[in-house]
This record gives sequence, C-alpha cells and structure tokens, in this order.
Amino acid sequence: MSFLSYLINGISLGSVYAIIALGYTMVYGIAKMLNFAHGDIIMVGGFAVFTIVSTMGGSSAVGILVAVVICTVLGVTIEKVAYRPLRGASPLAVLITAIGVSYLLQNIALLVFGSNARQFTSVVNVPALKLAGGELSISGVTIVTILSCIVIMIALTAFINKTRIGQAMLAVSEDRGAATLMGINVNGTIAVTFAIGSALAAVAGVLLCSAYPSLTPYTGSMPGIKAFVAAVFGGIGSIPGAMIGGILLGIIENLAKAYISSQLSDAIVFSVLIIVLLVRPTGILGKKMNEKV
Amino acid sequence: MKKRLLSLGLAAVMAMSMTACGSSGSTSDSAEETGAASQGEESADGATFKIGGIGPVTGANAAYGQAVANGMELAIKEINEAGGVNGYQIEYNFQDDESDPEKAVNAYNTLKDWGMQLLLGTVTSKPCIAVGAESEVDNLFQLTPSGSAVACIAGSNAFRVCFSDPDQGRASAQYIGEHKLATKIGIIYDSSSEYSDGIRESFAAEAGNQGLEVVASEAFTADTNTDFSVQLDKCKEAGAELVFLPIYYQEASVILKQASDKDFKPLFFGCDGMDGILSVENFDTSLAEGLMLLTPFSVDEEGSQDFVAAYEAAYGVEPLQFAAGAYDGIYAMKAALEKAEATPDMSVSDLCDAMKVAMTEITIDGLTGEGMTWNEAGEPNKEPKAVKIVDGAYVMQ
Repeated sequence: MSFLSYLINGISLGSVYAIIALGYTMVYGIAKMLNFAHGDIIMVGGFAVFTIVSTMGGSSAVGILVAVVICTVLGVTIEKVAYRPLRGASPLAVLITAIGVSYLLQNIALLVFGSNARQFTSVVNVPALKLAGGELSISGVTIVTILSCIVIMIALTAFINKTRIGQAMLAVSEDRGAATLMGINVNGTIAVTFAIGSALAAVAGVLLCSAYPSLTPYTGSMPGIKAFVAAVFGGIGSIPGAMIGGILLGIIENLAKAYISSQLSDAIVFSVLIIVLLVRPTGILGKKMNEKV
Repeated sequence: MKKRLLSLGLAAVMAMSMTACGSSGSTSDSAEETGAASQGEESADGATFKIGGIGPVTGANAAYGQAVANGMELAIKEINEAGGVNGYQIEYNFQDDESDPEKAVNAYNTLKDWGMQLLLGTVTSKPCIAVGAESEVDNLFQLTPSGSAVACIAGSNAFRVCFSDPDQGRASAQYIGEHKLATKIGIIYDSSSEYSDGIRESFAAEAGNQGLEVVASEAFTADTNTDFSVQLDKCKEAGAELVFLPIYYQEASVILKQASDKDFKPLFFGCDGMDGILSVENFDTSLAEGLMLLTPFSVDEEGSQDFVAAYEAAYGVEPLQFAAGAYDGIYAMKAALEKAEATPDMSVSDLCDAMKVAMTEITIDGLTGEGMTWNEAGEPNKEPKAVKIVDGAYVMQ
C-alpha cells in the first residue's frame, strides 16, 4: 500500500514537471532554442494569480485568465526584445540571453514582490479521490494536472498537424530558410510559438503553486530545470515525450526518495538521465536524425 | 547541430543547478541600496565606535536579517540617546548578504573600508563561517546574534548570542523528554544546510538518553524543498507522534500544509529557525496551531514588554527572536566595551583583544536570557525555553 502511495506522489509531482516540459519542448521543437526563462514565466503566472485571487479577492477563473494573458504578452515581448534580434546569432549567444532573461525576471519579481515566501491558496477545488477505503488518496490538484496535461498534449498535437499555422510551425522547424522562401512568415510563426508556450507556462504556474503552495521569486527555477531534464529525457521536441519524461522523472524521484535515500534523490534522478542519454542520445521518444554536413 | 545544442543545454543545466544550490539561489544585486544606513552624533572629539552588521535583508531568509538590522538599530539609538558608550557615540552600517557566503565576504570588505571596528553578524550560519575566517585573520571582534553552527565562532575573536546547533538539538531532546511530549519521533531535516544537519545530529545523539525513539529521519535539500509528501508518508508509517523540524520557517510552512492535506497530525516541534512562521504571507495560521518551538525569546514575556512596544512603534511589526538577539548583542558589546574601558582610537586588533577578555567577565540580563555569561570559546550560557502557538500567537510554556 505504501508503494502505491509513493507512486501516486510521484505521478503527482511528475505531472507538474510534464506540464512545464510541454512548454519547453514546444519552443525548442519549433524555434530550436532553449528558453531558460520558461521557469520564470511560470513564476510570473503564479504571482499574477496570487495577486488577483488572494490580494485583490478576485475569482479563480478571472485570476487564471489574467495570468494567461499576462504570460502570453510577456512571452511575446521577451521573444521580440531579447531573442528576435539574435535570430542569426550562434546558439550559445541565444542560450546566454535566455539565462539572462531568467535572472532578470527573478530579480524584477524580487523588487516588486520582495523575497518573503507566500502561501499560495489552491485555486483547484476538486475533492481528493479516495481509494481502498481511504488508505490512498489522490489530491484534486493531481487529477486536474494530469487531465490538463493530457488535454494540452492532444490539443497541441492536433494544432500542429491540422492547422495552417501549425503546419507553418512544422515547416519552420524543419528548415527555416526554405520556409521563408515558401512565403512563411518565420518571425510571426515563432512569435505564435512563444505565445502558446507562455500561455502554457501560466497554466503550469497555477497548477505548480496549487500543488506545492510556496510562492517566491525563485519558485520557477528548480521545477523549470527539472522539467527541461524531463523534456530531454522524453526526447526534446517531442510533445508526447515531454509528458512521458515528466511523469517518469517524478516517479523516479519519489521512489528514490522513499526506498533508497531521501538525500540522494536528485543524484539518482540525474544519473538515470545520463544513463538514458548514453543508451538513447535523443531521449525516449526522440527522433533519430542524421547530422547534415 | 542538434547534439551540440543539447550538450550546451545540459552544461547550462549543471551550471544553473549549481547556482541554485546557494541557500537562496538568488543573484539579486541589491546589497548596496538596501542595507546601508548610518547614523549617530559625533562625540566631542569627533571619535565614534563603528559597528558593522551583516545579514540577509533580501532573499529567502530576509525576515531574519531584517529583524537583526532593526534590533541593532533600536539598541544603538537607545544607547546613543543615553549618552553612548564610555562617552562616545556609536555609528553603524548594515550590509545585505542575502544569506550567501560570497556576498557576506564582500559585505565584510565593504564594512572594513567604511572603518568598522566591531562586527555584529552574520545572521545565518554559512555566511557567518565564511566571514569568521576573514575576521579571525584581521583579529576583528565578531559577535553573531544567531549564527548557530559550531564553526561560526571557530576563531577566538568570535562570540555568539544564540545557542549553538548541538546545544539546540540537545536542549530540544531534553525538553521533549522531560515534558513527556512523545516517545516516537520523526525528523525531517535539510541535509544541505549545516544548521539543520547540526541540530539533527545532536538531537539524535541525545534522544536515546531521554528515552526517545527516532523512528524516521528523512532529508530534503535546498533544491527539493517544495514536495515533502514522501518524507511525511514515511514519518506517518513509522508511527511518529512528534515530528521534529530543525529547519527554517519557509519549508516548515509547506510541510504543515502538506501534512494537513494528508490528515497527518502529529505534534510538530521546531527550533529557532521556525520563528517567523506566522509572518509567512497568506499562510493559514490555524495549520500551525499547537506547533512548539525552542526559542530564547517571546513577545509575551514580562521582561520584554518595553522592547516589544518600542520595536512595534518603530517598525510596525512584532519582533522575532532574531531582533531580540541583535538587541542583546549590542548591549553585550556595550557592556564589554565599558568593562574594557575601550576608546575608538584603539586599533581594531587591540580592541578585539580587550573585548575577548571583557566578554568572559560580563553578565547580561537580556531579552534572550537572564544572567547570560560567555565562556572563552564564545558560547553563551543561558536556560532554553519553549513556546507553543495558540490561537495564532506565541505562548510561553
């Protein structure tokens, strides 16, 4: 019974990683850049909801909506101001810029909201699911997170494969130069990608803070890194891979904590990552791609 | 291309997780603008004692540093108004370290440039150890109000106002044993924090002598401090009646929330780092009902009423024990300066040598203990006390 309970805890943690990893993987898959500021956009989403719901007394729905709008605008702005001018630059320059944006967001949040932790009031009011006569309980947040994760995964896949703009995204990810020649607006397509990725970050922020209710300007950074690892684990660029990677990572982390050592859990998680990458360098669901010379 | 990007990304992850290992993971550069404050009228010949302070005014442990800065300011203002020390006024300057050892050393150097003669600080253990190494070389008198790790006062120039970690762990075990609070104990601690690990070690060592059984001892680290479900499950399964939390209040507030979600209701018992839990914004204080913590200071004690009133008038909040520790620290410095008949024109090193002797000779009736005395190692001698949270307020036991 205790094993099941650890497993459920793991899935609960993993589903949060998964939903963050979806945003990471989507931006990487299409814009071919690692947006390290993703975790901090999550934090901004968390603070937006906190401000609306707990400070101003608004309803949860309004809070989530405003958070999505703020994060979308923020994501598009960051893309336009910080990443677009570097479109032709080396990947290293873009990566460093992304890390810079991440710290910029953290420090702005520090200035605006201060460093004290806030307890986030959960905006998910779904009762916990009790199994086996109340011995096992799956919290409402976990259920909502897993369901949203599946819905988002399906919706994203459909969006990319079925809509014109989705097709444009695929084209941009395959070959940016050729896409331009075919009359696709590359900058516009990448901006839409960032808008979607950041809207997902807002949703992830709400669910992250509802599940683990401590909100600080650093709230997004560690989950962001873990989610990036999850995305690599599942095969970066692959949308179902992000979900599988996230949930596996959560389960491995919690089982390692429970059965091996609560001190070594992170070391074990990252060792598993290294082993997976040694065996399958593109991750679990990653496509094998020959490097073009 | 793809592979190169990926390895680049992984390298960046490593770099970022390393920075995130610092106790706050913060990089804010606001040290200059937040901490600095100096004040004090000059005495007749223009000389003043210059006391520096270092602590986290921003970052994850800001509540502690802010309290120390306030307590220090309050004490110095009182002393200056009453005529100063040996006829000399005190000037002070408080610098932010964000609870980060490197920034603390930078702050220390800034203060030295300013002309610091005595140091009150630092507030948290890791920075205190880093600064202690520097101040020992300079032979500059250092008194930490709250640096509780053993190594904080390794140098002969360093003293402290609070209990050391082993003393806190030992005192907690004794308190639980003597008051028969529980026999089966679970511990959840932060293995990446010297403070937390130090208390846990001495607690576990003393527990056996008190007839306590440690049934679960679970760790987390600064990077995994949001999800405690496994640790709580393991304590629950092991049948812990009391969960000992030798950790800081931020994590504790999350643990209390997650425990209540799990319907796990043992008695929770913390140390001085738990102080401040009621000030976490939007924290449902009913979750902390019945929480006990070992603390040398309580706002509802009779002896502390004047201090509490003055503090609330000046800063608009109730003082934490950190503020009381800093306040006592300044008065201890004053007593030692008077005992040593020190003057501001003494060199830093001469002043330190005189203070080292004087500190072991003074007795302070302070907010954090009656009849406090210090030994040569720099450890204070006073009685431990515990408070319990009842109806959202600390109540002395």
